[in-house]
Amino acid sequence: MSAFLLRRFAQAVLLLFIVSMIGFVILHLAPGGPLSQFAAGGEMAQQDLDRIAEQLGLNRPLPIQYAEWLWRMLAGDWGSSYRDGQPVLHVIASHIGATLELMLTSTLLAMLLGAWIGILGAIRRYSLFDSLATIGAMIALSIPTFWFGLVVIYVFSVGLGWLPAGNRYTIGDGSLLNQVHHLIGPVMVLALVSTAVWSRYMRSSMLEVVNQDYVRTARAKGLPERSILIRHALRNALLPMITITGLHVPTLLSGALVTETIFTWPGMGRLFLDSISYRDYPVVMGILMFTAVLVLLGSLVADLLYGIADPRISRSG
Amino acid sequence: MSFVDIDRADGLSAQRFWERPGFKRFRRHKLAVFGTVAIIALTLACLIGPWLLPYSDTFIDIRARFALPFSGPHILGTDPLGRDVLARLLMAGRISLAVGFAAMMIAMAIGICIGLVAGFYEGIIGATLMRLVDAMLCFPSIFLLLAISALIQPSVPSIVLLIAATSWMEVARVVEAQIRSLKTREFAQAAVSFGASNKRIMFRELLPNAVAPIVVAATLNVAHAILAESYISFLGYGIQAPTPSWGNMLESAQSYLTSAPWLAILPGLAITLAVTSFNFVGDGLRDALDPRMDLP
Repeated sequence: MSAFLLRRFAQAVLLLFIVSMIGFVILHLAPGGPLSQFAAGGEMAQQDLDRIAEQLGLNRPLPIQYAEWLWRMLAGDWGSSYRDGQPVLHVIASHIGATLELMLTSTLLAMLLGAWIGILGAIRRYSLFDSLATIGAMIALSIPTFWFGLVVIYVFSVGLGWLPAGNRYTIGDGSLLNQVHHLIGPVMVLALVSTAVWSRYMRSSMLEVVNQDYVRTARAKGLPERSILIRHALRNALLPMITITGLHVPTLLSGALVTETIFTWPGMGRLFLDSISYRDYPVVMGILMFTAVLVLLGSLVADLLYGIADPRISRSG
Repeated sequence: MSFVDIDRADGLSAQRFWERPGFKRFRRHKLAVFGTVAIIALTLACLIGPWLLPYSDTFIDIRARFALPFSGPHILGTDPLGRDVLARLLMAGRISLAVGFAAMMIAMAIGICIGLVAGFYEGIIGATLMRLVDAMLCFPSIFLLLAISALIQPSVPSIVLLIAATSWMEVARVVEAQIRSLKTREFAQAAVSFGASNKRIMFRELLPNAVAPIVVAATLNVAHAILAESYISFLGYGIQAPTPSWGNMLESAQSYLTSAPWLAILPGLAITLAVTSFNFVGDGLRDALDPRMDLP
């Protein structure tokens, strides 16, 4: 187990290294590079720009810049934002809470709803409910998240007036109820895709399990159907779900970016979009690295939990 | 060199393609048939439609702005400049569908080449290429799209390249896995023993046998590309006005959500219809081409 853990960890570190190189090259090969923001104002003469490049070390060869950036990053100095001079880690830390709140709540909702739809679809295979759930999931996976967000705002905020159209809470009202009220819309939007994914995988996982010998044995023993499904089938069908949740992190992050933009939610996705339009390279690079860490962590946790939950999984692969 | 192709003499070539079991399975997949019909209808409408309409998509009639759908001469109403929404929707469809197809073709070319080489040579080349694939997949797709799109001049070709550059990884994975397993099969080893060149084995023996999963991946890739285009256009970094695309029609409609909701609803429906159709077809193809695969 520990050898496996070590190898997986080493793989993750190697991947992060490659990820950082790709990110660095993408951002620095751009015409103008990180200087374009300063140049865009039009107030600076070429000497000024040269001096800034000199001061920021941008006139040196790319590999040396990268090595220095990497070295500093490993020491915990991710640079500071071009926009307000705040340390990048500080900027990310002040936005990550809102994103995690959104992601965790919608994952929880998607798990419950998706599992319920999937199980019901598997038990009543090819029923009307099952067919509708299948078509519904396919459509849910095809709906652009931002459009669904606009529809939710139009229906629930503009039309019915039930939900606020954006923000995390009303300014001056920090109560929990107010926050939950603001959370409903974005969670609904973000959970749509996850629910579809969960219900599909839950259904096929459940279908695989209900044909197993031990389920037949449980039936032969005369156990009530309810207990067969929950105690015997569901417990085993849930196993693959652990992996799905871990591997779903990138999709969830992408969805969060769009949802945050629509609902003016002060999270990391919107920060990323703002930083892009401001050409705030240190923050953009920081968020790219941070999301990569989250994605890798997701797949690592998925692997580990799966091994703990199912000891039969061999570690040789 | 006909003896190398012995494994293809499976009797199927004598049948017409609509008599083949795969096609029958596809035809039974109702959603896939619906998807095929919808894609053909949508493509034809976008190609021919603009000629049949009395209004051009760029004709500005400021007196007729914000006309409601189904209320007058403009079937689907007009936008804030009085342009016909249906004409714009169809012209935007041309762009969005073309971007989707073109991006898919390039992504497939990159993905197939990388997957083929990585799967065939394995070893250090394969490992390096597949780690690159893994690393690219560590970026959530929209973050990567936006990071690059902010740096380039947005135009239709650059957006196509951008989407292709960020969506070839899944294909590479599929092809790599296929090639790695096909390589060990008898027909491939026979080709090796005949002294066939690596190039010939890769492109004439292995690749044709991996066509089924590649076709499925290509179909799903179009769906992904159309969605990706709409996302970055919506966020303001994709296709730029005055060239209409479904994504940037939605972006401009956002400001009129309260007063003119149809401006937002229609392009969204078009995207959903197109993407759902491609997903349905991909799903049907998967069932038809490989009945053993039982993925959700």
